[in-house]
Amino acid sequence: MKTTKKSTITFSSQDVKKIAALAKIPVTPQEEQKLADGFNATMDVVDELFKVDVAGIEPTSQVTGLVNVFREDEVDATRQFSQEQALANAKRTYNGFFVVPQIIAPSFAKVSADRSAGKQE
Amino acid sequence: MDLNRLTLAQAIKKLKKKEFSLSELYSDIQLAIEKQNKELNIYLKVDEDAVKKAHKKENEILAGVPIAVKDNFLTVNLATTASSKVLDGFMPPYESTVTKKLQAAGGVVIGKTNMDAWAHGSSTETSDFGPTKNPRNPDYLPGGSSGGSAAAVAADMCIAAIGSETAGSIRQPAAWCGVVGLKPTYGRVSRAGVVAMGSSLDCPGPIGKTVEDCALLLNVMAGKDQYDATTVDTSVPDFTKNFKKGVKGMRVGICYIDHPQLVGTPVDHAIKEAGRVFERLGATVELVKLSTILTPDYAIGAYTILQRAEVSSNLARYDGIRLGNDRSNFGDEARRRIMLGTFALSKGYADKYYVRAQQVRSLYIQNFKQLFERYDLLISSPSPGYALPLGASTNNPMFGELQDVLVEPSSLAGLPGISVPCFCDPSTNLYLGLNIMANHWQEEKMLAAAYAFEQNTEWNSWTSKGA
Amino acid sequence: MKEKYENIIGLEIHVELKTVSKMFCGCKNDPFFASHPNIYTCPVCLGLPGGLPVPNRKAVEWTIMLGQALNCPDISPLLSKFDRKNYFYPDLPKGYQITQYDKSLCINGNLVIPIRELAERNPCLPAGRSPRMRETSNELRDSSHKNAQNDREKIIRIRRVHLEEDTGKLQHVTVDGKKVTLIDFNRSGVPLVEIVTEPDFRTLDEVDLFLKKLQRIIRYLDVSDADMEKGSMRLEPSISIRLVGSSKLPDYRVEIKNINSFRFVRKALEAEIERQAQGAKEQYQATRRYDEQTGTTMLMRRKEEAQDYRYFPEPDIPPMRFEKTYIEKLRNRLPELPDAKHARFMNMYSLNDQDSSLLTETRKFADYFEECIKVTKKIGLVDEISAKKIANWLINKRPDIEMVLPAQFIEEIRNAVTVVELSSEEITGAISTVLETKKQAVEDYKNGKEQALMFLLGQVIKELKGKGNKQTILEKLKERLASYGR
Repeated sequence: MKTTKKSTITFSSQDVKKIAALAKIPVTPQEEQKLADGFNATMDVVDELFKVDVAGIEPTSQVTGLVNVFREDEVDATRQFSQEQALANAKRTYNGFFVVPQIIAPSFAKVSADRSAGKQE
Repeated sequence: MDLNRLTLAQAIKKLKKKEFSLSELYSDIQLAIEKQNKELNIYLKVDEDAVKKAHKKENEILAGVPIAVKDNFLTVNLATTASSKVLDGFMPPYESTVTKKLQAAGGVVIGKTNMDAWAHGSSTETSDFGPTKNPRNPDYLPGGSSGGSAAAVAADMCIAAIGSETAGSIRQPAAWCGVVGLKPTYGRVSRAGVVAMGSSLDCPGPIGKTVEDCALLLNVMAGKDQYDATTVDTSVPDFTKNFKKGVKGMRVGICYIDHPQLVGTPVDHAIKEAGRVFERLGATVELVKLSTILTPDYAIGAYTILQRAEVSSNLARYDGIRLGNDRSNFGDEARRRIMLGTFALSKGYADKYYVRAQQVRSLYIQNFKQLFERYDLLISSPSPGYALPLGASTNNPMFGELQDVLVEPSSLAGLPGISVPCFCDPSTNLYLGLNIMANHWQEEKMLAAAYAFEQNTEWNSWTSKGA
Repeated sequence: MKEKYENIIGLEIHVELKTVSKMFCGCKNDPFFASHPNIYTCPVCLGLPGGLPVPNRKAVEWTIMLGQALNCPDISPLLSKFDRKNYFYPDLPKGYQITQYDKSLCINGNLVIPIRELAERNPCLPAGRSPRMRETSNELRDSSHKNAQNDREKIIRIRRVHLEEDTGKLQHVTVDGKKVTLIDFNRSGVPLVEIVTEPDFRTLDEVDLFLKKLQRIIRYLDVSDADMEKGSMRLEPSISIRLVGSSKLPDYRVEIKNINSFRFVRKALEAEIERQAQGAKEQYQATRRYDEQTGTTMLMRRKEEAQDYRYFPEPDIPPMRFEKTYIEKLRNRLPELPDAKHARFMNMYSLNDQDSSLLTETRKFADYFEECIKVTKKIGLVDEISAKKIANWLINKRPDIEMVLPAQFIEEIRNAVTVVELSSEEITGAISTVLETKKQAVEDYKNGKEQALMFLLGQVIKELKGKGNKQTILEKLKERLASYGR
C-alpha cells in the first residue's frame, strides 16, 4: 500500500484480494477495484484519527470497569443442547457429526484424528 | 376500535381493568399489519399464534401486549435472520435473555422487524430483504439499524418494540420515525442471544410511543445476566418511579450544535428551542462550545475502526457449517465492514489503527467525565437532520458512520441516551429528535428530562398535547 | 572433518483441565468418554449467534496453581486478561479462539530435572548420548550451557503458563464415496492450559525426564489426567540445530505437530533431528507434521505463510486482577509437590533416593505408604514393621492400592514377618501330624483329586493355628506328599 496526500494509506485491488482472503470473503476480480475505492474513501475519513494527540493515553477495551467476572464450575443442564438441537440448523450432518468436504490434503488424511492430539494452526 | 393506537401504559391499564380483551387488541394489531406491512416492509415475520400466547396474561406486568422485536434477537419460535441471507432459515435453538425476560413479564413477541443486515447501517436499506419505509412519509427512510422496530411503533403496528444500538441504531430511527428510543448504559441490559455486532458497544433497548413506555420496558429488560459477563451488578432502580420528577435545578449542556455542519440547520433551531423548554421548566441551560470539548469528528474514525474490527471477528462464525448459509451470502455492506475490520486488526496495522482508536476512545471517556462534573445532562440531536429519501444510503461506503457522528462519542464511552420527538415539518411530516444524554447509570435523570419535555411540548403523537 | 551439531529444543505442552464444566460455558467437560458426538454443546461452545463466554473460576485458579507448582513467581497484583486469536478452521466454531496473548496468568517458571539418572542409565556412553545419534552430539554436561546448575541437575526455564479453550475434533472419512471431514464439538471450549518452555533442552532424555516430571506434578495437583493417549496432554516440540561451540540461538526453529503418544515423542524428535542434520545449512522456520506411518515429518507451512491471528483483547470478558492475599490463598492450597515429598520421605523414613522416587511416583501411592505407616503406629508394630520394610514390600509386591486397604496390607506383612519366625521343624511337624490322621485325603490326592490337597493344606494351617506363610506350607506339603509312601 502506498501513501498519498489525503490519507496515510491507499488500497489497491491486490490489497483487497489479500484482505478478502484473510477475512474469508469471496470477492470477484471485477469487484476488487470498486472495493478498493470504497476503502480509500473510508480511510480518508478515518484518518481524522491522526489529528488527535494520544501520547501517553491508555487504550480502553472495556467501558464497564468490571474485573473478575466468573462462573462457578458446574454443569448447566438448562443451556446444554441435545444432539438433535445442536444439529438442527446444519445443512449437512452424518451420524451425529457436522460435515464438511475434506479440508486436508490426501496424504495427511491417513493420519487419524488430525487435530485430536495435534493443534490448531 | 383502533386499540393498536394505545400506548403500552394505556394498554396495560385498560387490559387490567378489562375494558377490552386481548383478542380484540390483537385483532386490531393484525389489521394494521395486514394493511401496511406489504408496503412498508416492517415485519419480516409475524407470529400468527401470538394471540394464543397472550392468553390469560392480562394480570402480568406487560399484560400480554404484542411487542415488535428487532430480528437480531434470537427467538425460539420465530426464525431469526438479522436481515441477512446468511441466516435465512435459521431457527434459534435458544432464546435471547431480553426476549425471555419480556415473555416472563407477560409480553408477547408479535413479530421480527426488519433491520440493516447485521445492524450495519443507519437506514435499514442494507437489509437483504428490502428496505423499510418511513410510516411518517413512505418516500423516506426510517433510519437504522432498528428501522423496522421504530417504524412498527410509528405505524401502530405494535404496542411497543425493542431494538439495539451500537452507535445511534435506536435513537436515530426513533428520531426519524418520530417515536421514543432509549439506549441504556452499556452493561445495563444483557446481550446474550443478540446477534453480536460491536461487542464493546452493543446495547439492547426499548423503542416506544412515549417516554413512560420506554421506562416500563427498561424495567423488564435491565439487570445482570449470568450469561453475559459484561452486564453490571448495579442495582436496577424502578425506572417508572421517578420519571415524573421534572428538571428543576438540573444543569443541562447543549452539545455539537455549533459544529459547522449543523449551524443554521433545522437541527440547530430545534435543539436550541428544546434548551429553552428546559429553561422554562426550571433547568439551567448553556451551550457547551465545540472548541472546549473533543469534536465528534474524531469519533467517526475511532468508532469505524473499533466497530468494524469487532464486527470482523464476530461474523467469523458464519461459515455455513453449523447453521445458515455460506459466506458468499453476505451483502455488500457486511463484506465491506468485515474486510475493513480485518484490515484494522492485521499485522502491521493493528497498532496504527486499532490501538489508536482505543486511545481516542479513552480521550472521549475522559472528556465526558469532565462534562458530567459540570452538567447533569447533555442534549443534542441524534441525527444531523431529517430522514433521508429512499436510496440515500446506496453507493455511500460510510453512510452509517457519518449519519451517527453525533452519537458516536457518547456511545464509545458507553453512556446512555434517549431520543424524543422535538419537531415535525408539516410539509413532509418528517421529524427531528432530541437526544438527551446522561452519565453512566443515570437513566432515571434522562427519563425525567425526556418526560418533562414530552409533556410540555406537542411533538408526541400519542400524548394529549400531541395526538 | 564432520561438523558437530547440538540440538536446541523447546516444548509447547497443552493440558486439558478436568473441570466439571467447560472453560466459558456450563457444558459438561467429558469429551473423551462422551457416548455420542455433539451432546455437550450450547450456544457458547457451538459458536451460535448471541453466545457469550463467561470464564470458569476453577480453571483460572488451577492454572495459577499449576504455575506456582512450576515455580512461577507470585506477582501482585496479578493483572491478566483473555484475547481473541482469529483464524478459520472447521473445528473452531466462532472463527476465533479465546486465549491469552500478552498477559498470561503465569510467567517465568522453571522445572529442575535430575541429570545423574541419565548417566546411570547409559553407563557405556558419554552422558546423554543415545546410541542412534551419529552425526549430532549431545554433550550433556555442556559447560557453556548456562542452565547447567551442577552436575546432577538441570533447570528448564518455563516462559509462560496460560489458559485458553480447546477446539472441536475432526475425523477424516469417506462417506458415499466422497472424502469428508466430520466435526464433533464435545471438546470445543474445554479448558486448556498451555505451557511454553525456553529452548533449554539439548537431548531427548532431557525432554523425556521433563515431560514425566511435569506429568507427575500435574497429577499431584489433580487438575488433569495428563494422558497423552487420551489427548489430555499434547506436545509440540520446536527443534533447531547449531554448531557446537556457538552460543547464539539459531535464527529458525521447526515446530512439530501431531505427536499422539509418549512413545512417538522420541521417534518424532529423532526423525526431525536426523532430517535437519542432513541439510543443516538450509534450514528455515516452518511447521512440520509427524506421520506415524512413515516415521518422518512433513512440511505443513513455512514462516512466510504464517498466519496473521489479529490478536485483540476479548471484549466479552472483563479483565482479571488478583491481589496478594488471593494468590497466597491459592498457593496454600497446593499439595506437597513431588520433589518436596521425595526429600521428606528420604529424611523422615530413611529411604534411599530410588525407593523414595518410586514411592512418590503418584500421590496416591505416596499417601498409601504413609497410611500404612499410620496403621503400624496404631497397632503398635512400629518396631517389627519399619517404614523401610513397608517401602520394600510396596515396591516389590505392588498391591492394587484401590482394592487392598492399608490395614489389610499391613496384616499381610505382619503375617509374613511372623511367618519367618516359624521354624521348618514346626511346619514339617504339623504336616506329619496331618498326614497321619487324614489318610483318606492323602489317598484321594494320590489318586488324582486336587481338592484333597487344599483340604490337607487347610488342616496343616489349622494345626499351626493360622500362623505361617501359606505358600511355604503348600510347597513343603507337596514335597512331603510326593515322597510319602515310599
